[in-house]
Amino acid sequence: MAERLTRKDVDRIATLARLELGDAEKDLFVRQLTEVLEYADQIQAIDTTNVPPTSHVLSSTVVDRADDPQPGLTNAEALANAPDPSPQTGLFRVPRVIG
Amino acid sequence: MPGAPLRTARDIRDAVSSGHASAVEVVQASLARIEATNRTLNAFLTVAGERALERAKVVDREYRTAPLAGVPIAVKDNICTRGITTTAASRMLETFVPPYDATVVGRLEAAGAIVLGKTNCDEFAMGSSTENSAFGPSRNPWNPEYISGGSSGGSAVAVAAGMAPLALGSDTGGSIRQPASLCGIAGLKPTYGRVSRYGLIAFASSLDQVGPFARTAYDAALALSVLAGPDPHDATAAHEPVPAYTAALTGDIRGMRLGVPRTMLDQGVDDAVRTCFYVALDVLRSRGAELIDIELPHAKYAIATYYIVATAEASSNLARFDGVRYGFRAPGTRDLKDMYEKTRRLGFGAEVKRRIMLGTYVLSAGYYDAYYLKAQRVRTLVRRDYEQAFQQVDAVAMPTSPTAAFKIGERVEDPLQLYLTDIFTVSANLAGLPAFSVPCGFTPDRLPIGLQITGRPFAEATLLKIGDAYERDTQFFNAQSSAI
Repeated sequence: MAERLTRKDVDRIATLARLELGDAEKDLFVRQLTEVLEYADQIQAIDTTNVPPTSHVLSSTVVDRADDPQPGLTNAEALANAPDPSPQTGLFRVPRVIG
Repeated sequence: MPGAPLRTARDIRDAVSSGHASAVEVVQASLARIEATNRTLNAFLTVAGERALERAKVVDREYRTAPLAGVPIAVKDNICTRGITTTAASRMLETFVPPYDATVVGRLEAAGAIVLGKTNCDEFAMGSSTENSAFGPSRNPWNPEYISGGSSGGSAVAVAAGMAPLALGSDTGGSIRQPASLCGIAGLKPTYGRVSRYGLIAFASSLDQVGPFARTAYDAALALSVLAGPDPHDATAAHEPVPAYTAALTGDIRGMRLGVPRTMLDQGVDDAVRTCFYVALDVLRSRGAELIDIELPHAKYAIATYYIVATAEASSNLARFDGVRYGFRAPGTRDLKDMYEKTRRLGFGAEVKRRIMLGTYVLSAGYYDAYYLKAQRVRTLVRRDYEQAFQQVDAVAMPTSPTAAFKIGERVEDPLQLYLTDIFTVSANLAGLPAFSVPCGFTPDRLPIGLQITGRPFAEATLLKIGDAYERDTQFFNAQSSAI
């Protein structure tokens, strides 16, 4: 079985997904994702000329509503589940952005 | 537990409304059943006992005439409950306490139902066995060495084991119907848009739908009448009128045309499933339904299509779990990007990572057209197959799952093999159609088997009517395992 995905591909996808992987996970994913993609390749044989894509199945028209402000979460509620909240400033704290 | 427990939502509602039972007594009985069986079955991740008893007192005072007065309900742990931990069975959300209720939870409570707690599932609803839960698998009440099915396994087990008469699940590719089938109860995936998704932790937004588990078709109808309808918080919740679902259950299915895609049963379906399915069709025919052979030529491509569309949407939806606003954050990281990557490495389990990777790949530059766009075109063909079928028939009958439950641990090494077992369920999600799984028999080893009826958009009443008619001539509904 030719490997459709290489370690390099897996590294590239993981970077796009902001997901760090261990060496064992990378090896596993090279194999498993290759298997799934080879299975998925069966759809390539279907003639879809002039077939529009379905991105959702809703047939009804868009329903408008008045754009009235409604109460939302309080600042304290929004911060309550944060791993590193700053209640004094009402902000989420993160590690430094520029390394 | 005093006397015979009230097993259905209808019986409980009637007893509470007429004053023959109190909501407090009903909730106490459910909590006792959970206490006795949850250690074995791992159906509930969180039991909110005190809150439920407090709520029951309120129901006894103020909601005695409500449509679900005093009915205890189990809620899948990917559906937000204000003040009750909601983990989606993930380390990522192990300590997450939602500041708001999902619309479905609010609607049930307003109808007098009482949330008992939160049920186990595959992490972020990704899986078919609950083995992907970060908190261990749920176990099948008919044989605890076997899987419950998934992803809404805990909800199915809670109902099948008599812990709750009703439960909520979510169904993206079969996650209500398949565990209902494997646990021997009824499970309804409504039409896409029939029920609000507000407060459901998103997996694949064009496929996800919330629906009920129940012991009878009547209870499923009762639950849907409360759940269905528009929601200002969810633009995809349809403004379609909500019919009186319970009134549709007349038992009369004479002249109903049922499509049977026989060639789909040619391969990969267990003998016991095939036998039970054809016997079930005979029951429906003897009640006056007309069976018509149909073809769904693209159904065989549904799994490939589904695993491209669903993972693409999942990779986008799960981008929000970044360790900033809620959930887990990896300690001791260098900078923001390092924090994101380590948080997601440690917070997500293997199947979720696999799907994020696959979804990111099929959306990435150079592969988008060949995979994602192509899959969306094939999705159109899957829909058209059904549209064509519904010109000849009123509903389509299939097994829910090609096999009964398998042993826990038996398939964890081979994700693709597990994906293939979704053959009968994913196409309803791709086409946005309602589908109802009802119990239709057992394997020789006494594991349940399910019959699935799929209908036209918003034709839930037809499906419930067929399920109810079938129930009247069979003994599989409301069955109780003696294994626990």
